[in-house]
Amino acid sequence: MYKYDQYDQKLVDERVEQYRDQTRRYLAGQISEDEFLPLRLQNGLYVQRLAPMLRIAVPYGLLSSTQVRKLAYISRKYDKGYVHFTTRQNIQLNWPKLEEVPDILAELASVEMHAIQTSGNCIRNTTTDQFAGVANDEIEDPRPWCEIIRQWSTLHPEFAFLPRKFKIAVCGSEEDRAAFLLHDIGLQLVKNDQGETGFQVYVGGGLGRTPVIASSIREFLPKQHLLTYLDAILRVYNRYGNRDNKYKARIKILVRAWTPEVFAQRVEAEWAHLKDGPATLNGSEIERVTGFFTLPDYRSIDDASADAQVTALAADNKAFSRWLDRNVRAQKQPGYVSVTLSLKPAGVAPGDVTDQQLEIIADLADRFSFREIRSTHNQNVVLADVAKDDLFELWQQAKAAGLATPNIGTINDMICCPGGDYCSLANAKSIPVAEAIQRKFDDLDYVYDLGNLELNISGCMNACGHHHIGHIGILGVDKKGEEWYQIQLGGSANKAAALGKVLGPSLSRDAVTDSVEKLLDVYVENRIEGEAFLGTYQRIGIEKFKQRVYGTAS
Amino acid sequence: MAQLLKDGQVTDNTWTLVAEDAAELPAGDILVPLNLWQQQGSELDQHGGTVGVWLVGNEEIETVAELLIKAPVVAIKFPKFVDGRGFSMARLLRERYGYQGEIRAIGEIIRDQLYLLQRCGFNAFEFGAEVDLAEARKSLADFSDAYQVAVDQPVPLFKRR
Repeated sequence: MYKYDQYDQKLVDERVEQYRDQTRRYLAGQISEDEFLPLRLQNGLYVQRLAPMLRIAVPYGLLSSTQVRKLAYISRKYDKGYVHFTTRQNIQLNWPKLEEVPDILAELASVEMHAIQTSGNCIRNTTTDQFAGVANDEIEDPRPWCEIIRQWSTLHPEFAFLPRKFKIAVCGSEEDRAAFLLHDIGLQLVKNDQGETGFQVYVGGGLGRTPVIASSIREFLPKQHLLTYLDAILRVYNRYGNRDNKYKARIKILVRAWTPEVFAQRVEAEWAHLKDGPATLNGSEIERVTGFFTLPDYRSIDDASADAQVTALAADNKAFSRWLDRNVRAQKQPGYVSVTLSLKPAGVAPGDVTDQQLEIIADLADRFSFREIRSTHNQNVVLADVAKDDLFELWQQAKAAGLATPNIGTINDMICCPGGDYCSLANAKSIPVAEAIQRKFDDLDYVYDLGNLELNISGCMNACGHHHIGHIGILGVDKKGEEWYQIQLGGSANKAAALGKVLGPSLSRDAVTDSVEKLLDVYVENRIEGEAFLGTYQRIGIEKFKQRVYGTAS
Repeated sequence: MAQLLKDGQVTDNTWTLVAEDAAELPAGDILVPLNLWQQQGSELDQHGGTVGVWLVGNEEIETVAELLIKAPVVAIKFPKFVDGRGFSMARLLRERYGYQGEIRAIGEIIRDQLYLLQRCGFNAFEFGAEVDLAEARKSLADFSDAYQVAVDQPVPLFKRR
């Protein structure tokens, strides 16, 4: 994991002091609301429906146990004793006091953390695969590149006031676990014929009101040119992105208006001036950063006997067996696996954890996974390097803390935004919908039988809950002042990314759960052997689902 | 007299901004709009004071750069402080077109942008009369170092650490 040196530390320390002074001047009436707005947003502070919300950056989802303990402490001292993991691998506090935020930032800086650029019209936290560095299908570890991008984007002098927010994701594997095609820039690590590392560069993806899948603008960008090329893309966007209408201001609108081909030409023309300039990466910097992401000190484990031991324990323990099925994943190192701790037990807002659970997560990481924790864009946390012979003990401890719900990848592992309970933008509540679905589908045998199913819920069209890319997407809408819900089907976040189609007229909250059940019935009745919900939908189309929910053929 | 923050110091602003629709030129040092600057050889040649130019950050700098770099002062106007196009324009003017004169930020800017503006090549800043420039100038030094290449630091941190 990356360690700050004196430069990194000084920068976050100076950022705390800058923001402390800005807050002081705001509270003294020397900064207007309008002027303070982007200043606080660029430090992650929203003013929400009930209280401010502070979004803390978790660069590419990587946390140390020390940092997690600090977050537990902060949530207890400055908030209500819980935090929320977001779909961009970040962490939110829902009840901080505006005047205490500088103190919270100082606490964060003491453990090499910050809230820089977690909101506002600037370059946001770079995200990646939660299994980076340990995934079997990895081309190259994306984390060093994420860290290089983090440093380049942090307080970038030219791009602090972009037309709109800007999100970058890096995918280092064959399978996409970062939804990178739904980002303003998606970078796919690739190797050329000579075995050299580079990036295939995609631009213009995004969710929100106008969901778009990103287009490739360059098939192979040699790695040393990453930052100058990013500078070129951002400069073109900063100069030509729409600034008159915030709903047309994302880069995806510009790319679409110009066409990806023309956009690519404009970037290449700008890049011609920057290429090989001083920001060109050199081997020693790539090595320096890569050197922070080394393999942990693995024990030598006999894989076969560890497997046999786990299988024996699972044979007469159905709960453990289910957890192995859903929450444990193979990884590169023989004898080791990656474990997802579920933050989605029924009755808890998806992604929420208490201060005590955070401390337990830190303890589990210390004991079982080399003191590291990863947050996922599905709002869970991962212990990436767990020895197989520790699995049973880990499971027992995680279960006792409510962190072992065996539901990863199932309908109950839904992505859900904070919704109308917290967010002032929301048209409708989302958490109660998630809870109703979890309560309805509490029969584990049934949920298992349904298999992989991504259900995503957003409380408004800004799409923080990624409803467009859920196999089942639920969107809160406002209908004459009442909360209604639109259902979409067939979205997908993987490399064959697809946007969901609207099923039909929106439904009342009471009708949502029953309608989801009807959708599942159609799936179960029509699936063929081994076919997941998305596959069945793709094969049979939307009509049968529509007829079942609305009762009529259209 | 109005004040100006220039090269880190508070000084008198001796320049008068000429509006796009001004009927005639005021006496003394003036900043004229781009359209007037483009009509060189006109009345500007006979003007008694020094003449600089101002333009809005969204102008296509590539088409006017050759003319701009002849001016002793180029003032870039921010229509809104959250409109970041002027940041790119200043960098292009310095880094691509080698402009050595004064680049002044005018229009809607706030002191909390000073550090970043300066990094992009601005060296002079005009604020409304309500802003205490002696206080505001502190924001030029909000940070002691930065990761990226910019006008004030042509060597990225990764080559210096």
